[in-house]
Amino acid sequence: MWKARKEDEQAKPSTPNPTFTPVPKEVRPVESPKSHDMRSDVAHIGKSVIIKGELSGSEDLFLDGEVEGTIELERNALMVGPNGRIRAHINAREVVIHGKVDGNIKCTDRVELRRTAVLVGDIATQRIVIEDGAFFKGAIDIQREAKPEEKKGSPAFAAAAPVGAGVPGSGFEKK
Amino acid sequence: MGTVTQNLFKLFRNSSGGGQEKGSPEPGARSRRHSSGFKEFMRTVSGQEELCFLDLGATSASNISTLTERGSKIYTEDLLASASDPDLMTLGEDGTKVVDVDRFMKENLAFRGQILDAVLFWDVADYLPEPLVKPVIEKIFCAMKPGGVLLAFFHTKDAGPNSPYSRYHFAGDDALDLQPVRIQNGSGSPSFVKLQRVFNNRHIENLFRDFSSLKFFLARDNIREVLVIR
Repeated sequence: MWKARKEDEQAKPSTPNPTFTPVPKEVRPVESPKSHDMRSDVAHIGKSVIIKGELSGSEDLFLDGEVEGTIELERNALMVGPNGRIRAHINAREVVIHGKVDGNIKCTDRVELRRTAVLVGDIATQRIVIEDGAFFKGAIDIQREAKPEEKKGSPAFAAAAPVGAGVPGSGFEKK
Repeated sequence: MGTVTQNLFKLFRNSSGGGQEKGSPEPGARSRRHSSGFKEFMRTVSGQEELCFLDLGATSASNISTLTERGSKIYTEDLLASASDPDLMTLGEDGTKVVDVDRFMKENLAFRGQILDAVLFWDVADYLPEPLVKPVIEKIFCAMKPGGVLLAFFHTKDAGPNSPYSRYHFAGDDALDLQPVRIQNGSGSPSFVKLQRVFNNRHIENLFRDFSSLKFFLARDNIREVLVIR
């Protein structure tokens, strides 16, 4: 009655009584990007990858590792995952940040800072969404939309909500 | 047996308050307040496009949205969060931990030649470490254009020592939503920041003595609002 079953002991050898296991306090909870945030044809860079230099491409990119240098995805989208650590200037069509970025962002469509995001740098974009809890230090320069017909297809990492609206607590809710 | 044990632990956890600080505000909860100072600030900047704003409070998406929709540029810097960075601490002459003022000023408020038209200082001065208050205001003075406007709030003594540091959100032209925010302290856990000091009118006038004019608004909730013209 009082003994733990053998299977349980094998499964969790280091935690004999889970009730007493101290829960680590997380200051910035790690948030996994939701499945609808990403398309299947997105290139992935995992959290153990470290890149120094110029990163460029012509496909959407999910970046969960470390990059130091520059990121050029002029016509494509970049998502910085919760483990992403970027020290680079970014040029992309769309940027969604869950992790940490230290550098300027130039974006032709929009920038999203999710609640776990930490961004130190300036942003030049057409639209921006910032969730409550995101840390941002820098300047925001909103570029006026040149041609409305530029928006072709659905944004790669976009949730269903319209740009700049409907993110709970973001302050962008329509009143 | 396991259920009984679990219930006991549940009871114990509930009796300890679930980790919430006693008497502390609920994180994320907003309260609205009328602000004559803010109304005057918005009136001063209205009708002007392509202004450059500086928001020194905790990052507010609605403020950024409002100002950028007006065609303005906004520089945002959560000054108190930056000042709470444990890496900035150094040992003072008496062996206590103090903020490295030189390093703080070097790493923050870098506008790269940008001239500021309007500054939202909020009540940051009431919470900043003492050695930072004057240098910060001097640096802002240098970055502002003559005739630029700054809005600052100061708690009066009656506001109480527990007034938490809050994020200010625009809520129309004459109102603000306040949302208490927690900042990571030296021990690594986020907590509400309490008032560090209370400035009286003379202190405030001294702080902004280089500016050309000050206009005071005393609010009902023991906040002294000051509109400062560079």
